[in-house]
Amino acid sequence: MNNALMPHEAEVVERHDETPDLFSLQLRFTDPVIQSQFEFAPGQFNMLYLPGVGEVPISIVSDPEDSHVINHTIRRVGSVTDNLGKLQVGDRLGLRGPYGRGWPVVEAEGTDLVIVTGGLGCAPSVSFIEYALRRQARYGRIQIIQGVKHAHDFIWRERYDQWRQYPNVEVWLTADTGDTLWPGRVGPVTQFFDQLKIEPKQTSVIMCGPEGMMNAVVRDMRQRAVPDTQIWLSMERNMHCALGSCGRCQLGAKFVCRDGPVFNYAELAPYWGHKGV
Amino acid sequence: MNIQRFLPRDRLQTLIDQLMSAGYDVIGPQVRDHAIIFDHLAGVDQLPIGITDEQAPGRYRLEKSDSVRCFDWATGPQALKPMTFVSRETLWRSDRRPDGSLAFREEPMATRPTAIIGIRACDLAALSIHDRHFMHGAHPDPQYSQRRQSLFLVAVNCMRSAATCFCTATGDGPRARSGYDLSLSELDEGFILEVHTERGRDVVVRLDVTEATSAQIERANAGIEQAAKQQQRTLPAGPLQDKLVTAVEHPHWKTLDDRCLSCGNCTAVCPTCFCQTHGDEISLDGRQTSHVRQWESCFNPDHSYIHGIVIRAERPQRYRQWLTHKFGTWEEQFGRSGCVGCGRCIAWCPVGIDVTEELAALLIEPGIEPGIEPPAEQPKGKSDGQSGGVAHHE
Repeated sequence: MNNALMPHEAEVVERHDETPDLFSLQLRFTDPVIQSQFEFAPGQFNMLYLPGVGEVPISIVSDPEDSHVINHTIRRVGSVTDNLGKLQVGDRLGLRGPYGRGWPVVEAEGTDLVIVTGGLGCAPSVSFIEYALRRQARYGRIQIIQGVKHAHDFIWRERYDQWRQYPNVEVWLTADTGDTLWPGRVGPVTQFFDQLKIEPKQTSVIMCGPEGMMNAVVRDMRQRAVPDTQIWLSMERNMHCALGSCGRCQLGAKFVCRDGPVFNYAELAPYWGHKGV
Repeated sequence: MNIQRFLPRDRLQTLIDQLMSAGYDVIGPQVRDHAIIFDHLAGVDQLPIGITDEQAPGRYRLEKSDSVRCFDWATGPQALKPMTFVSRETLWRSDRRPDGSLAFREEPMATRPTAIIGIRACDLAALSIHDRHFMHGAHPDPQYSQRRQSLFLVAVNCMRSAATCFCTATGDGPRARSGYDLSLSELDEGFILEVHTERGRDVVVRLDVTEATSAQIERANAGIEQAAKQQQRTLPAGPLQDKLVTAVEHPHWKTLDDRCLSCGNCTAVCPTCFCQTHGDEISLDGRQTSHVRQWESCFNPDHSYIHGIVIRAERPQRYRQWLTHKFGTWEEQFGRSGCVGCGRCIAWCPVGIDVTEELAALLIEPGIEPGIEPPAEQPKGKSDGQSGGVAHHE
């Protein structure tokens, strides 16, 4: 029997420092067979392992049709991510995945997309944005609202400009704390919502980021009568196994690693908004 | 398969001997450190003959009696769980070679066929839940599966319940229903052996057994019936998931702040708790690591830690997580409650918190405790958790 908990060796193909806290690693399994069999959907995640340090779940940001490398954008928040940040091209690590249920790329077909992300959340949602833009015929209007804590947290500024070039795409940027070179607004993501063009039944809301921000977005979108099953959230919880076994990521009856990390609001509603659940 | 035979008391040793000669390591109950534990068994004299257990909230004591019986007790602190889902084990290892590359290898396992004598109905029910969790999902756990598949199980039908037992309320006992090879019902003169599997029959045909008389079978049934009648504790009528999830802000949870120590004893003795920690042990030269899994408890703050935040930072939140999962959200995950009514969490809680009382306070009689009001009428007083919880006055 295969031990699904055991990683495979992978190497760093490319690394890129996005901000002092954020970096991207392009990884490839060293076994070409494993690499060629690796398939994922936007919003799924991998477990990245450093020997003697630990293992962490990290969202995949590359396009599912790019089979050459697997891209991860990572924030330094603890010992494992700190040490992942020290890896250089050619360094080896452990990798297993993909895990979980990703973004509703099929369910959202034919609808307008409102994509709201906050803080580190930009990384997982970029996978969906890029996915949708490359397959724009399948989706309607795309409105992207990107919030971060500090203006310097923005990555892929050039990508935001690229996205604006697409027809039917609007991008709003906001930071909790701005700086002099900041081209966007300062304040919460919800400040833009009155400017959004929303036909509630025809809209899929896609979001990830801090739960407080997502809570504000959920409240607002429900008031605008967007159906609960069309409001999608990417959740984060402690995970050690990623297989629905270790029990740590439970959110009510859901195992975030296996049943999520992407849920629609109807699935989370019984547990939503209660501290310590 | 339902074959009933009688094995006289003085021939119980032949059951152990036959299991051994069939190639099994034999494990059974015995007294150690003032508790009944399961370990390797060579002779019937190691069994807890004439020993009974007295259990109550926060209390577990063994007593001597003049009974000739070996299974005249209800439950020890643990039974099957440590033998299938072991408390600490290496899952795989990694080596860093001099060129910087990494090699991963699975940890080889040596499992021997093992027969366990004396398994109770509650623990069989718990085992079947763990089978579903560890073996029947999308990623069967190789360690659990290998150990599980090596087991030959000899159940014992309970003739006596401890005061903490409530398996009749969960529907899991006191009679073993499924998931075993042989079962024993103990009478003073011997045992009624019931065969449930082919391999169980293969063992029994080698024993010097007689037909069980209908009078013996009746006495055994009466004994099991008596064990059921002894049980006083009950549970709110299920299903409980919606009720518990809805009770998330019930003021009763706050009272746990003054009582629950968050020690995790309940999760350690619970036969269905399955939470785990996975982490590395590293060799002195830093080149080799062992990836180790061990039991984890949702009562540890680290259980819900995520980049700088402990999601369940307060003890009542952790107790709420445990109770709501065990009796509520477990239903959606496993199609049944996570409680099998063994009562261990009641006996082994150092402060005697009783899940059946907590559930009653939350679900049956909300708000009737002194100073605790139902959520709808709550806002006027400040319900701080520091000034006495259960007994604070308004």
